Amino acid sequence: MGLRGEAAIVGVADWKPERKYEGPRVPMLEQIAELARLALVDAGIEAAEVDGLVTPMVAETRGFVPATVAEYLGLEVNFAEKVDLGGANAVGMVWRAAAAIELGLCNVVVCAIPARPTPRDPRPDQPFDDRWIYGASSNSFGSPQAEFEIPYGHLAQNAGYSMIAQRYRAVHGYDERAMAKIAVDQRTNACAHPDAVFHGQPITDDDVLASRVIADPLHLLEIVMPVAGGHALIVASADRAKTTPHRPIVVAGCGERLTVKSPANARDLLETPVGVASDLAFGMAGATREEIDLACVYDCYTITALLTLEDAGFCKKGQGLAFVRDHDLTCSGDFPLNTHGGQLSYGQAGGAGGMSQVNEAVHQLRHAAGARQVANCETAFVSGTGGVMSEQSALILRGG
Amino acid sequence: MSNAFEDMPKPLPVATETSAPFWKGLRAGEVRIQRCDACEAWVFYPRSHCPRCLANTLTWQTVSGRGVLHTYTIAEQPTNPLFADDVPQKLAIVELEEGVHVPSTLVDAPPEAIEIGMPLAPVFDPTEGGEGVLLRFRPATD
Repeated sequence: MGLRGEAAIVGVADWKPERKYEGPRVPMLEQIAELARLALVDAGIEAAEVDGLVTPMVAETRGFVPATVAEYLGLEVNFAEKVDLGGANAVGMVWRAAAAIELGLCNVVVCAIPARPTPRDPRPDQPFDDRWIYGASSNSFGSPQAEFEIPYGHLAQNAGYSMIAQRYRAVHGYDERAMAKIAVDQRTNACAHPDAVFHGQPITDDDVLASRVIADPLHLLEIVMPVAGGHALIVASADRAKTTPHRPIVVAGCGERLTVKSPANARDLLETPVGVASDLAFGMAGATREEIDLACVYDCYTITALLTLEDAGFCKKGQGLAFVRDHDLTCSGDFPLNTHGGQLSYGQAGGAGGMSQVNEAVHQLRHAAGARQVANCETAFVSGTGGVMSEQSALILRGG
Repeated sequence: MSNAFEDMPKPLPVATETSAPFWKGLRAGEVRIQRCDACEAWVFYPRSHCPRCLANTLTWQTVSGRGVLHTYTIAEQPTNPLFADDVPQKLAIVELEEGVHVPSTLVDAPPEAIEIGMPLAPVFDPTEGGEGVLLRFRPATD
């Protein structure tokens, strides 16, 4: 059962993350088209060969998203899906594409997540869209969040993750310097990646702890930097992958777990869904934790990375901070973590942020990561996190 | 994002037919939550079906509304511009005596006195200009 390793990532595209985007604002459909084109060029595959498509939500339509995107790109596909897993989208897209390929439904699948600013609707008196106010929380009538969270100010991500970190502090104890080290080591990695938004700006743990407290105990430098950007990747059958220009990166294992939308409803705030997702992924790949040469774990916050290291099984529950203290998490260290800088230091391009982690694993497994290349990188673990540790996915990727 | 909605009133809860007894209870100064007739699980927020066993027979019961602080954060930057005047926001998840978790805020709680596990008592807080009541919590001193 499970994936047989007969699908591989054969092409990627990364738009350089930009804190101040000054390029043209174009609709997401156009952004997807360009990202798909770039990733197909990288894969050496013609658009006519594409027969599968995985999309996120797009700004231009609420429904019929895959058909709208397929039509815009001129694709006729046998497999199409819109994934709605927030920051777990990228990982979720890869395994869905791989599964569809292994089922024999399709041969070449485009997965793209655009996150550059879109144009404003020039028509006057457009209906007000309250998603601009409430973000990831739903204020629609009948929504549990609208009724039981939003009126109390329980909104957005910072507070939820901070409440998880406070609970961690109370249950397992806390070492704010070890938490800061996650951000520091990833910043060191960003300094080896010319495209990272914080390239050339190393930091120390003192810098992290001196940065403004946003929501106790999380400081500004423990929270992602939002940027404009976008990523895409191409998944193809192992057979098709044989004649692509780069080393194919095999999708060896996957897992996914969803529990709740809001942290208040989590059974245990400190036992996150990535645990089950990771066990599934490792089991499917027949891989051990010791075999992992690179971990690209979703890092919207330092606490997200910490809990993922624990729940994915790289260390025991409650031992994450000791693990961080005891290991060098940089690209030349003994446990390379988020070698592109992570979203903390490479930048988080909205919903595309998690795909920076998948694509970094691809660059590393291709041995094409330049100054930040991890030596002998053959097996990588990648995780995605949506909501507030509420929906998580995991991948094991291997050099083919 | 512009500041166009800064003058908007804070969003208030709108009850559904299922949740109405909860809000009605708050207006009467009582905390009422549901319990599953089939598996006896306490349920919050109000639902049509039990989230433990999916039974569709839940019964409202009045409880003390007392509990302990499960976790919290003090937001120094507003979680949303609509809550800018509430900073620092003392956001909390409260574990009621029955075990359910309730998102809320703390009142009459100096930051240095806030501690996970501290006992809490309900505060029935009338909403500004509305006829509703929100359920907040204060340190239980009695």
